[in-house]
Amino acid sequence: MIDQLIHMLGYEFVQNALVAGVLVAVVAGLVSRFVVARNMSFAVHALAEVGFTGSAGFILIGLSPVLGLLTGSMLTALFIGALGLRIRERDSVVGVIMAFGLGLGVLFITLYPRYSGEAFAILLTGAITTVSRGDLMLLAAVAAVTIVGLGVMYRPLTFATVDPLVAEARGVPVRLVSILFLLMLAAAVAEAVQIVGVLMILTLLITPGATAERLTAQPGLATVASVGIALLATLGGILLALVTAVPVSFYVTTVAFVCYLAARAGSPLLESLGARRSAP
Amino acid sequence: MSERGHAGRRNLGAAPAIEEEPAICFDRATLAYSDRVVWSELSLTVRPGEFLAVLGPNGSGKTSLLRALLGLAPLAAGQLDVLGRPPRRGDPAIGYVPQHAGFDRDIPLRGRDLVGFGVDGHRWGFGRLSRDGRRRVDAALEAVAARPYAEAPIGRLSGGEQQRLRIAQALVGEPQLLLCDEPLASLDMRYQQEITELIGDWARQKRGTVVFVTHDVNPVLGYANRVVFVVNGRWAAGSTDEVLTTETMSGLYDAPVEVLRVRGRIVVVGEASGAGFDIDEPHHFPAPLGAHQ
Repeated sequence: MIDQLIHMLGYEFVQNALVAGVLVAVVAGLVSRFVVARNMSFAVHALAEVGFTGSAGFILIGLSPVLGLLTGSMLTALFIGALGLRIRERDSVVGVIMAFGLGLGVLFITLYPRYSGEAFAILLTGAITTVSRGDLMLLAAVAAVTIVGLGVMYRPLTFATVDPLVAEARGVPVRLVSILFLLMLAAAVAEAVQIVGVLMILTLLITPGATAERLTAQPGLATVASVGIALLATLGGILLALVTAVPVSFYVTTVAFVCYLAARAGSPLLESLGARRSAP
Repeated sequence: MSERGHAGRRNLGAAPAIEEEPAICFDRATLAYSDRVVWSELSLTVRPGEFLAVLGPNGSGKTSLLRALLGLAPLAAGQLDVLGRPPRRGDPAIGYVPQHAGFDRDIPLRGRDLVGFGVDGHRWGFGRLSRDGRRRVDAALEAVAARPYAEAPIGRLSGGEQQRLRIAQALVGEPQLLLCDEPLASLDMRYQQEITELIGDWARQKRGTVVFVTHDVNPVLGYANRVVFVVNGRWAAGSTDEVLTTETMSGLYDAPVEVLRVRGRIVVVGEASGAGFDIDEPHHFPAPLGAHQ
């Protein structure tokens, strides 16, 4: 099995997949922390599903599906940002946009003349091994922009996320930060869809952050843990898929879920250790 | 004070003896949201070192007053100067303590991190605190006696402990002016007293100015040297004894209201017409949400 794995690692498509996996995991792990803290799982789903519509639209007119995905999710982010910044409104706005976006997706699929299904099924369940060099470049560029962007606004974003009232009073442009984060979330979604597909998007955008919260109360460490878990799930998933006949996304979701369960089971233990350490 | 009263609004008390740059100066200020006037023609001067209690029923614009001071709500008319200049967002000379809202139990955040936001949370970048920043966080934690639980997950702390950390967060930037928005809400009596003492003592020691929004004046009676009562767009300002009288309050509410002093506490009792208001009753225990309406 190990021999088989080493043999596989020689292929370009495998190397591409692993490079893409690292990029996607870092972005997803970072973003995931904020998705969990800001209660944005519904928005993640909408960004992915309307991203699917964008992708279908681009396939229809003969352009890159990856670019289409990015366009779809970015436009959705802008809509959500413009229409529903207040938390009370947000869920309904997201739902309204998602419903219409999916409707458009159905139209695009119906209009597509050739084989039905295949190209779209790939989007739904992820197909990292089909990533081309060109797409890889695009993924890398988007990942770089997102990571730099998150680095620049990491501190005020964290402040605005955990303590919005005081952040606003201290001069953090809370509205602007929210919209910028939505755009980065859209980019992260477009990236993660490449690995796990639209249907399993939450496994990379919720599970790592939710798991990290169970491991530590230190915000910086939690972010590092979140990225680590995303990397473990993604790379572990890709490698496991290489030696079996089961799709990558199954393994990614499984590894992520096992991490989460382990953290849930282990957090009382960590807590008691922490309590003992901080006791006088 | 030196301000002149307007129809239905009054300033009570004598003019200050010494000319000094005021910490806050409202001059015929009006605040309105689209069509609704929150309060109008407010003229009020707060001198450095004064502790101003802002009183009034829910929805009377107490929080809006703080938002105006923070530069988050522009005036519709009139003028406002804070520390000698028009209010601006994120003024480092202003500290802010919000209402106790409680943190999610599992949020990865410690007291130390919350206070750290007071140092550089608004600054772009990844935000690793400098050595000096960490020293200031330690000093602020020390000042509110929060060192013992500074490393604990903040969601597991009591309301009183969380509010102490919030005060440390507000004071870590060494402000001249501290704005507190109902910092005592949903705290029990003991914590109410502790939190008020922390804020009052800071004001006395550093000669800091405090604007303290509260629906119950009693916890701050020992510290507040001025009060402003806002209701239905009207207001009255002066000392506690000047404003919280049967005559002034009845005038403000335009309805019979009686102010009683019982065992060193002030109780306002009344039945106002129409407004469905709740004047601050003595508030011994945290009431369930909506129980006061």
